[in-house]
Amino acid sequence: MSAATDTPVGSSVVPSTWDRVRSWSPGQRYLPVIATVVVFLSLFSAGGIRYEGFADPQVFLSLFLDNAFLIVLAVGMTFVILTGGIDLSVGSVVALSTVIAARTLEAGWAAPAAIAAVLLVGTVIGLLHGVLIQYLGIQPFIATLAGMFLARGLCFLLAERSIPIDDETFSTIAFATITLPGGYYTTWTAVVALATVVVAAYVLARRRFGRTVYAVGGSEASALLMGLRVARTKVAVYAVSGFCAALGGLLFSLYMLSGNSLHAVGMELDAIAAVVIGGTLLTGGRGLVVGSLVGVLVLGTIQTFISFDGTLSSWWTKITIGVLLLAFVMVQRLATRRQP
Amino acid sequence: MSQARTEPLPETARRPGDAAPVVELRGLSIAFGGVPALHDVALRLYPGEVHALMGENGAGKSTLIKALTGVYAPDAGTVVVDGQERSFASPADSQAAGISTVYQEVNLCANLTVAENMLLGREPRFLGGIGVRAMRRRARQTLERLGLDVDPASVLGQHPIAVQQLVAIARAVDVDARVLILDEPTSSLDADEVARLFEVVRTLRDQGTAIVFVSHFLDQVFEIADRLTVLRNGRLVGERLVSETSQLELVRLMLGRELETLDRLDRQEAPPVDRDRTPVVKVLGLGRKGALEATDLEVHEGEVVGLAGLLGSGRTELARLLFGADAADTGEVEVHGRRARVRTPRQAIDRRLAFASEDRRAEGVIGDLTVADNMLLALQASRGWLRPIPPAQRTTLVARYLEALDVRPADPHALMRNLSGGNQQKVLLARWLLTEPELLLLDEPTRGIDVGAKAQIQQLVAELAGRGMAVVFISAELEEVLRLSDRVVVMRERRKIAEREGGDLTVGEVLETIAAEATHTHLTETTDGEAPR
Ligand SMILES: Nc1ncnc2c1ncn2[C@@H]1O[C@H](COP(=O)(O)OP(=O)(O)OP(=O)(O)O)[C@@H](O)[C@H]1O
Ligand SMILES: [Mg+2]
Repeated sequence: MSAATDTPVGSSVVPSTWDRVRSWSPGQRYLPVIATVVVFLSLFSAGGIRYEGFADPQVFLSLFLDNAFLIVLAVGMTFVILTGGIDLSVGSVVALSTVIAARTLEAGWAAPAAIAAVLLVGTVIGLLHGVLIQYLGIQPFIATLAGMFLARGLCFLLAERSIPIDDETFSTIAFATITLPGGYYTTWTAVVALATVVVAAYVLARRRFGRTVYAVGGSEASALLMGLRVARTKVAVYAVSGFCAALGGLLFSLYMLSGNSLHAVGMELDAIAAVVIGGTLLTGGRGLVVGSLVGVLVLGTIQTFISFDGTLSSWWTKITIGVLLLAFVMVQRLATRRQP
Repeated sequence: MSQARTEPLPETARRPGDAAPVVELRGLSIAFGGVPALHDVALRLYPGEVHALMGENGAGKSTLIKALTGVYAPDAGTVVVDGQERSFASPADSQAAGISTVYQEVNLCANLTVAENMLLGREPRFLGGIGVRAMRRRARQTLERLGLDVDPASVLGQHPIAVQQLVAIARAVDVDARVLILDEPTSSLDADEVARLFEVVRTLRDQGTAIVFVSHFLDQVFEIADRLTVLRNGRLVGERLVSETSQLELVRLMLGRELETLDRLDRQEAPPVDRDRTPVVKVLGLGRKGALEATDLEVHEGEVVGLAGLLGSGRTELARLLFGADAADTGEVEVHGRRARVRTPRQAIDRRLAFASEDRRAEGVIGDLTVADNMLLALQASRGWLRPIPPAQRTTLVARYLEALDVRPADPHALMRNLSGGNQQKVLLARWLLTEPELLLLDEPTRGIDVGAKAQIQQLVAELAGRGMAVVFISAELEEVLRLSDRVVVMRERRKIAEREGGDLTVGEVLETIAAEATHTHLTETTDGEAPR
């Protein structure tokens, strides 16, 4: 600002929109997400070059349909990881949600009641995690590991076999498609997933709760001394994750149209992988929910690759995810090393 | 108040005519694991006064503040606010009651923006959410009051520690608090910033705010404070009017003894520095874009080179480049006359360089390790982890430095995070002294250290130099730099502008050099008008 002496008067007033667009350079915090977007685009183009029909917009849209539940899980996981925590229970909660939905519907509950029950159970489980972690000082890893076993065990108590879901409302929603211009289509599950992302992004960027999540991840002790509601936020974050897991479970029941204790085994790891690939630091405080969305798309693209190829073993999915994960964590390490 | 005290409160220390204190602490005691940190302490704050809380490192000042503001729960005693007995369960509670606090260590979130750090928790609202624009506008206004020109939308962590400290202060003064507590707010500020802070403090005082001020800079205390309360070893020593107390008397109250060593630093006995020999370290054209213009520097065996300059003058940057903490764009480093590659701290340590950084929170203190472990960290690292230091040697080394620097408690097994700020600083200093480097870079080594220990540390540095160690000494306190240095390098706007022999150099002369250079650059410099970061 000391160089402002020879600039004409008036040029220091609010810059025009165009000026702002021109001078925009992505802030440090967007770099990881941009990197993820680049990876996604390269993967997708590689597929387009290699396989006929890959570069079709419908293939892109299908990424959202086929991974709607994972997107929602990753959103909840992002909240938790941003505070520096982890939630290992979400896969089991998805399974539990499918079982509860199937059971209640089988018992004749109306669809809205079944949905409410599922969401309530998921949120309560998350709340319990939060209380264990915040007030009893149990490590997030341990508390949610216990939750993971408990929820999975509960599934088997409720249903030992797979229960089909033939409720009318559920199947209507599951099969309904939304036609987009150009003859493409999407489903309500994808809409729900995207809506979750939008709401989460707003909350994290613009609500006090969201900013407190970042503050806690940056430095919990500081956040406390700043007078922020740290305890409440930390509990809430696990409740959010539990709610998202239940919502993801509902989307998964719509996808599978069955409740099964064996659903979603290991899905928590996919969610964590998506969040990390999306550029969120595991130590907390840095990351964006949009990154997690793109992270899921990257995972989805790898899977699409395998299914287009036909000759590749599906284990290649795991190998690619492993390699990508490693690459991302390494890049993050390099990017953050020199910063104070 | 009938409890026995070391000294009764003199009648003069009560402000005549003033109705009632806003905050009154009575009989406050607090112990950590059975060890008392405060015992039967009292404090009275009146509206419209600046009240200095004084005491040595570990006397209990920060603990008192934390007990008052709800960080710690006191074991005994009462907190009376506005005539009502209160007990705060959390910092949020005390903030709600109008007590605004800047704690000793900069307690902000480096990953959030400057504006968020200032206003989160009471941010302007917009459509039910955070009004980002309004928030930035308000942040900018408060920052301007403190004379700080930083972008409120920038991430806090990218700013130097002094700016972070000012942002923490800005957070506290932004609200119309009735009580403002500043625990060593000036430790990393320069004279200009201190002056501006004091202006704000005076304005607030005149508006009726009660202000608690903690500092180890006695000059600042005498400049700003109206009354003071002295603690020693967790006990109340007394309450005084500043106008009726002399510096000497205050020091005596704080230490409980006379201070002999202050100002009398004998460097005469040290052998004169031989500048004809190959310097221990010589740099040519060392620089980095945006941090430091190409700079030459030579440091000889047994020589103390002081870096003088204002904040953002490049003094810290020079040390960081020399140590490889930041990678240099240009320049060469010679160690004992041989070209050396010093691009990382690792390489610097291998060449027997050591760097005690100014940012002890980010780069130094490991709270969950013991004092001994913290102290031995650098030595152990330079030996390699496969060659542990023999236990007997560990014990003697640690004991020697605990004593030399008067760390309290002198317990090698105490957890680092439980030490007072000043004592942590001493342990970090010991960490680097222990490695017996050939060149020691000290960046603000006496920040936050009490008068007694400060003299001790200066003495120690002089002794080490006398035994042949080359030292680069950086401090915002010019007096200190001049007292210690054989040679003074004056810096301004990220470059070296002069190099003077120490000895007879005065503070006035250094300031003149800086000011003269300022008018000079103003005339010649037209393009490079970058504001300090
Ligand atoms: N959480 C804690 N656990 C154990 N001991 C503690 C704790 N906090 C402070 N202490 C001890 O209480 C004493 C007072 O510490 P305090 O931080 O209040 O000192 P201070 O007067 O602020 O010193 P400084 O000038 O160095 O900041 C010290 O001996 C310290 O070791
Ligand atoms: Mg203190």
